[in-house]
Amino acid sequence: MAGSIPASATASAPARPRIGPWEEAWRRFRKHRLAVVSAAVLLMLILAVLVGPFIWRVPIDEIDFTARLQGPSWDHPLGTDDLGQDLLARILYGGRISLAVGFTAMLVAVFLGTFVGAVAGMAGGKLDAALMWLTDLFLSLPQLPLLLLIIYLFRDSLKDVVGPEMGVFILIVAVIGLFNWMPVARLVRAQFFSLREKEFVEAARALGASRLRLVMRHILPNALGPVIVAATIDVAAAIIAESTLSFLGLGFPPDIPTWGRLLFDAKDNLDFAPHWALFPGLAIFLTVVSINFVGDGLRDALDPRRVK
Amino acid sequence: MSGRLLEISGLKVHFRTDDGMVRAVDGVDIGVDGGETVCVVGESGCGKTVTAKTVLKLIDMPPGKIVAGSILWQGRDLVPLPPVAMRAIRSKEIGFIFQEPMTSLNPVYTVGDQIAETVRQHEGMSRRAAMDRAAEMLSLVNIPNASRRVHDYPHQFSGGMRQRVMIAMALSCNPKMVIADEPTTALDVTIQAQILDLLNEMKQRLGMAVLLITHAMGVVAETAQRVIVMYAGKVVEEATVHELFARPMHPYTQGLIRSIPRLDLAATEHRRLEAIPGTVPSLLNPPVGCRFAARCRHATAECSAAEPPLREAVPGHKVACIHAEAIAA
Repeated sequence: MAGSIPASATASAPARPRIGPWEEAWRRFRKHRLAVVSAAVLLMLILAVLVGPFIWRVPIDEIDFTARLQGPSWDHPLGTDDLGQDLLARILYGGRISLAVGFTAMLVAVFLGTFVGAVAGMAGGKLDAALMWLTDLFLSLPQLPLLLLIIYLFRDSLKDVVGPEMGVFILIVAVIGLFNWMPVARLVRAQFFSLREKEFVEAARALGASRLRLVMRHILPNALGPVIVAATIDVAAAIIAESTLSFLGLGFPPDIPTWGRLLFDAKDNLDFAPHWALFPGLAIFLTVVSINFVGDGLRDALDPRRVK
Repeated sequence: MSGRLLEISGLKVHFRTDDGMVRAVDGVDIGVDGGETVCVVGESGCGKTVTAKTVLKLIDMPPGKIVAGSILWQGRDLVPLPPVAMRAIRSKEIGFIFQEPMTSLNPVYTVGDQIAETVRQHEGMSRRAAMDRAAEMLSLVNIPNASRRVHDYPHQFSGGMRQRVMIAMALSCNPKMVIADEPTTALDVTIQAQILDLLNEMKQRLGMAVLLITHAMGVVAETAQRVIVMYAGKVVEEATVHELFARPMHPYTQGLIRSIPRLDLAATEHRRLEAIPGTVPSLLNPPVGCRFAARCRHATAECSAAEPPLREAVPGHKVACIHAEAIAA
């Protein structure tokens, strides 16, 4: 109503809390319901695989032939496999590996991608052209056959050096990371191209900041939003990749029950023990879906153009 | 108030483009004494911003290139200086204020952080001391509640306030000279006056020199002691501010002064605002002779024959026009 100013609206908001860009992003993230629910689910999954094995203290390799291929029961909430091993314990333990692979491979991919993208974006010219050529090359490689080949070639030699579990872990993380950095590199390069022309970067230069300082303090933090979003998607991709490799029998050995490995072992018994494949599959599905929704929410929250 | 601080002589800055060499700055001499305010005026694209940025070597090289000339800062030539030495001069000895206060601050840090960063880089202060200095600088540029507002982010400030922050940042290391590149262009008129007042006040209080780049004659009249008029990459006239407004000698300067809207005349006569006809010549291949000839109503055949040198027509008043005396009379 014209002329009528509600007194309460103008009555000073006392000492409004400071809103930085991260607080603002968090405020926007919370508005994305599905993302918040997914974040909760994801946190629960992570918590479950971290502390679960301490609470559900059934050994993952206790063989009990009297309880083979049982469906869910009080003794075995998620049933048992063909050796009578408890599936809940195996899924909880295997989840650790699957998630660890996912997050570590993501870190490898993000670091590699950010580095390549930053160098290309800052240097421009011939170096940029060469790095982008390399990126395109990696993007055009057929990934799965190459993954299989690399693992087939190097698994045994690495196993001898650092032990079977660690060897396969390093190999899988490195290989998945090595095949997932390209989108991040392109993203970072594009961000750098637009950000390095920004006035505040020039202003920082005029104030005597060095090149490295410009990159680390002024350009990179402003480029981080899309990278974080890409990183969440990379986690999901890495978990799927690990599952695929294990399912094809080229991932972790049978005594390390990652989610993909469990699926691999279950595939011959699908007819009479569907629960065996169902639960690891469900775990992968839940994790990947919730990570993707969290990424969705983050994209909305970190995009400054979406002011809501 | 002592001696020459900055002496730019014969400066030529060219940019390589797909169409050829753009001679953005083509032989410019500018001198600034300690404690003095020198204004560089000219229309868009006349090379004034390039000149200003070249002093701190902020232009992109390549495509830009300093083809000729020297930039003496307290007797030392900045042109051959390596980047590391250049960084030590930026903001520690020569501060720079940008045109766009809305985008010249990094959105992800508080303004205090940004001022403190500069101070720490140059003076090696502790974090604590640098933040204190930041708050001190903010209150110096008349930002209310400075000690609280150092923790605010740029988006929480208005345009005028952000320009104050930029000024605080440029002055935080006590430079001997500040280059202000159209510091008021992006602001509305009332704020413009405040920012100019602030610059004058800072200059007086800290005793520094100011090299002010602008296209507004009003800003020149209000702040400068000496004025340099640039046209198409060259200096066409240089004089004290009184001399220049009282007796402009170059036809371009006269045109600039005539194109200022005047309220006192408009009331009595019904007349149109005078504009300079034509446009700035291309800097890709500038015309032979006087570059203003094509737009000049006094131009003769002689003007297009040879380039008029910048000469002292009257003591303390330099002009690059062969007809200057006749025109000014």
